[in-house]
Amino acid sequence: MIEAKKVFEAFQEYRGTSIVSVQGTSGKHWSDFTSNKNRDISLGGAMGQSTSAIFGLALGLPDEKVVHFDTEGALLMNLGVLASVAGKQPKNFVHFLLDNGCYATTGGQPVPNSEDIDYAVMAQGSGYKATYNFDDLEELSTSLEKIMSQEGPVFVAIKIHPEVENLPIGLRERRPSRSRAQTISDLREELGIS
Amino acid sequence: MVEQQTEILRPETLIEEFKKNGVTHIITIPDSETNYLYELMEKQDWLDVVPVSREGESMAVALGLNVAGKVPVVLIQNTGMMESGDSIRGMALDAGFPLLMVVGYRGWTRKGNTPDSAAVYTEPFLNAFRLNYYLLEHDADGPRITEAFNETQKTKKPVVVLIGDEYHGFNR
Repeated sequence: MIEAKKVFEAFQEYRGTSIVSVQGTSGKHWSDFTSNKNRDISLGGAMGQSTSAIFGLALGLPDEKVVHFDTEGALLMNLGVLASVAGKQPKNFVHFLLDNGCYATTGGQPVPNSEDIDYAVMAQGSGYKATYNFDDLEELSTSLEKIMSQEGPVFVAIKIHPEVENLPIGLRERRPSRSRAQTISDLREELGIS
Repeated sequence: MVEQQTEILRPETLIEEFKKNGVTHIITIPDSETNYLYELMEKQDWLDVVPVSREGESMAVALGLNVAGKVPVVLIQNTGMMESGDSIRGMALDAGFPLLMVVGYRGWTRKGNTPDSAAVYTEPFLNAFRLNYYLLEHDADGPRITEAFNETQKTKKPVVVLIGDEYHGFNR
């Protein structure tokens, strides 16, 4: 298993100019590493649907690399998105999955069949162009250059340590600091979209 | 006595309205009433059809396309719309962007009570979400699509066009 912050630290080296979306408990670490906040986008807001929203963004911006850090709890709520993505074969889409095996934000209860499920196999069977499984940081780090340069859609499942939160929602640290609307506005300005 | 003839709603009319309003993408799950429309959409080189796996995805994909500067339209059936409640809330209403949702009105009838609960709950559902809607029954109703488009632009909210096509004009 890998610490989520180590995943983002390694990824940042290969981010380039890509548009990056993160979500879930683990996603909070990205703000410590991002080099271009104007190209970070937050399209959460409905259960399991941020991946579909980022998929739509990738379709609408075919000349931009679009990277999404999904979580397994969210993906399980919207598994059909794997087929939706594969059906359109967006070459510019890289779909990471940070799999901590549990609903960390609600106290760490396991997701269904958390020990034996293989999301990369699901993505492969759905028709993603390339899929990976990692539970070792060095293997991930040495593969990121290839992952970020190859034609998508690419799916990368990574086993991470859970960071379980038990505080009431109102007492938790709020990240990201920008609202969804602000990230949309900043990205549009960055890309010159009116 | 003059017998009035009303022409059934033609799929070509929807295509014309989409083109007139600069639509770039249709996010859809086909249903039994819209097969011919689907075929027609696939033939338009200015239009990209995005099939999704479940209706709740359609509002989210539309949001992403809107962020990218595109003009998406959601095309689903009333049953799928009701399944999409959380997505309509979180990805469309809360996001506050112009979104036309064309919704097949399964079970609709103007003859009286419908035995189809999909139709029974369609308008109460729309009212619960405070979504304004227009009903299209005949070809002459086509311009209501542009009216609905204009309303989405003005309100930055989703607006629904219900296809009450009792005679299955969207099928071959």
